[in-house]
Amino acid sequence: MLDIRNLHVELEEDGKQILKGLDLSVGAGQVHAIMGPNGSGKSTLSYVLAGRDGYSVTEGSAHLGDVDLLALEPEERASAGLFLAFQYPVEIPGVGNMTFLRTALNAQRKARGEEEVSSADFLKLVRQKAQSLRIDAEMLKRPINVGFSGGEKKRNEILQMAVLEPRMCILDETDSGLDVDAMRLVSEGVNALRDAGRAFLVITHYQRLLDHITPDVVHIMANGRIIKTGGPELALEVERNGYADLLAEAQ
Amino acid sequence: MTARPNPKLQATASRLEGLTLPESGAWLRHAREGALARVEAMGLPIRRDEYWRFTDPATLTAPEPTPAAPLSDGEGEPFAGVTPLRLVFVDGRFDAATSDALDLDGLRIERLAEAGALDLHWAQGLYGALETDGQSPVARPLAALNTAFATDGVLIHATAPVERPIHLIYRHEGETSDAMLHHVLKVDEGASLTLLESGPAAARFNSVLEADLAKGARVSHVRTQGRDHHRRTATHIFARVAEASDFRSFTLTFNGVLTRNEIVVRFTGDDAKAHVAGAAVGDGDFHHDDTVFVTHGGEACESRQVFKKVLRNGATGVFQGKILVKPGAQKTDGYQLSQALLLDERSQFLAKPELEIYADDVKCSHGSTAGAIDETALFYLRSRGVPAPEAMDLLTLSFLREALEEIADERLAEDLSARLEAWLARRR
Ligand SMILES: Nc1ncnc2c1ncn2[C@@H]1O[C@H](COP(=O)(O)OP(=O)(O)OP(=O)(O)O)[C@@H](O)[C@H]1O
Ligand SMILES: [Mg+2]
Repeated sequence: MLDIRNLHVELEEDGKQILKGLDLSVGAGQVHAIMGPNGSGKSTLSYVLAGRDGYSVTEGSAHLGDVDLLALEPEERASAGLFLAFQYPVEIPGVGNMTFLRTALNAQRKARGEEEVSSADFLKLVRQKAQSLRIDAEMLKRPINVGFSGGEKKRNEILQMAVLEPRMCILDETDSGLDVDAMRLVSEGVNALRDAGRAFLVITHYQRLLDHITPDVVHIMANGRIIKTGGPELALEVERNGYADLLAEAQ
Repeated sequence: MTARPNPKLQATASRLEGLTLPESGAWLRHAREGALARVEAMGLPIRRDEYWRFTDPATLTAPEPTPAAPLSDGEGEPFAGVTPLRLVFVDGRFDAATSDALDLDGLRIERLAEAGALDLHWAQGLYGALETDGQSPVARPLAALNTAFATDGVLIHATAPVERPIHLIYRHEGETSDAMLHHVLKVDEGASLTLLESGPAAARFNSVLEADLAKGARVSHVRTQGRDHHRRTATHIFARVAEASDFRSFTLTFNGVLTRNEIVVRFTGDDAKAHVAGAAVGDGDFHHDDTVFVTHGGEACESRQVFKKVLRNGATGVFQGKILVKPGAQKTDGYQLSQALLLDERSQFLAKPELEIYADDVKCSHGSTAGAIDETALFYLRSRGVPAPEAMDLLTLSFLREALEEIADERLAEDLSARLEAWLARRR
């Protein structure tokens, strides 16, 4: 589903290289986790895939199915089925959550040549998804993420994901800032979306999330590369011993 | 050495040369002559005047208006949802054929063009009086020019709460039309009124609104300034706000090469409120100037100024705003916000926010900012599938929202939001 080959990325601003030949392949129906020390380039990878400005790809490729992601605008990538749950969801005063989500859903549907969703159907859909994530309907009337707690913002990301139904979901530290119950809700939200046609790339620092969302594959990222790939046991090893041994081994 | 001609005297003389005082009855003639004397004494504005530093008045004072092609946009009238009393002016002339009858419960309306002959006690003391009052500490000669030469307008006296709004509709038909309208609004104790204005009016439009609010009176004023690209407009609002009264004014401006909106508010009693706000969106050679002067003369009055401008393709926005708190005006609550969203580097925002305070127990704040679109927010919206142009519009509307929220009537606010949205969508 997601195929990243030899990806090299530097900051446009100062030419600093962040991703240094990254290879990653996530199959349909799979959940992959990425762990790695702070600053290793995990968020950069997710931003580059989503199409944020400020990075230049100097080498390599990234495909979603047969779609060349790097050739598309961010909104086109979204319509092609890519979704990034942000590590730091953005607050946008003055733009209502519901207006935003409906505009996004209909824009995606339009781009794919599908019918727009009616107001009534949309409301029903959001209400139902919000309820399962225990998101208060009142909260959705507020501007995007404004006045939301850290955990509420993360849950709102998952709500957007549930409504937009992307086929490739990237979750960047969605677990950070969540209390134990919220972690379970979010994980249930993710698990409910797991199916054969959809894949997940879950960036996290902690085993805890992976207790709820069992990954098929775990990657360790350091210094802009995947330095080791294994099964769920790799996450447990990191939890126990940290990165020192893995880093030394990769040298 | 020969003396250089004085540009102010020259501008004034050549403008006045082409004008004659309209025929009017005794009391009005008297007011007009007084105004003419004020114009002659002050002189018309020139670029070198401090108050016109950011806006060149040359085309506003020139003997002839710069031609402007009327726009037929097929968009339909704003505010239709509130079924107002419609009064239509075409190139500055009242058009009885397309207007409703001047008849509404709770008030009296007269046309300025006919008022001179009538014995209107209430209007006699007002016409030109608030304008005169507003000439210090800063001169506003274009308003005095209007008092002298305005050819039409409405004089409205509200004696009770009036439910149905009055909508002044300004049509622009002549390519070189040069219109001056002068309206007077007298709202008695406990009475209230909603006044709406819309349309481009003329190639060049000079308008004055004098609003006198008695104790506990309420006035809500909402206007849109037309979309004709080449129109030039100078407007003045003078509001005298007495004890416990409430004055609101909101202006939405699309386009126009030159717009200068001056608002002068004077609190004369205690516990009153005045909120003035505006949202402007313009492209290219758009030049939009909000000049506001609020004088707190009573205690515990609340004033709010919220002005927002979206500028692109080299457009210019100007804000000159002042809050003057007089000695003894304790417990004043004054707020002033002026912000511009610059959508490119060629657009500019020139702001002169000022506070002048002579009382010690007051709360006054002001803020003025100019900024670009928030790239992080833009990316967030796009990452969810919202195309860039739509995402820009969402952020632009959100920027303007705070100004639109100053419109008390939700139906009017929604009407204007929808128009704004449509305008933005057409400009994508
Ligand atoms: N826009 C930017 N400007 C400057 N430096 C940047 C920028 N984006 C990323 N970096 C740098 O690139 C490196 C990788 O950052 P990134 O955010 O991708 O790390 P991460 O693996 O997500 O870290 P964390 O676990 O702390 O979230 C860091 O050294 C960071 O400072
Ligand atoms: Mg990160």
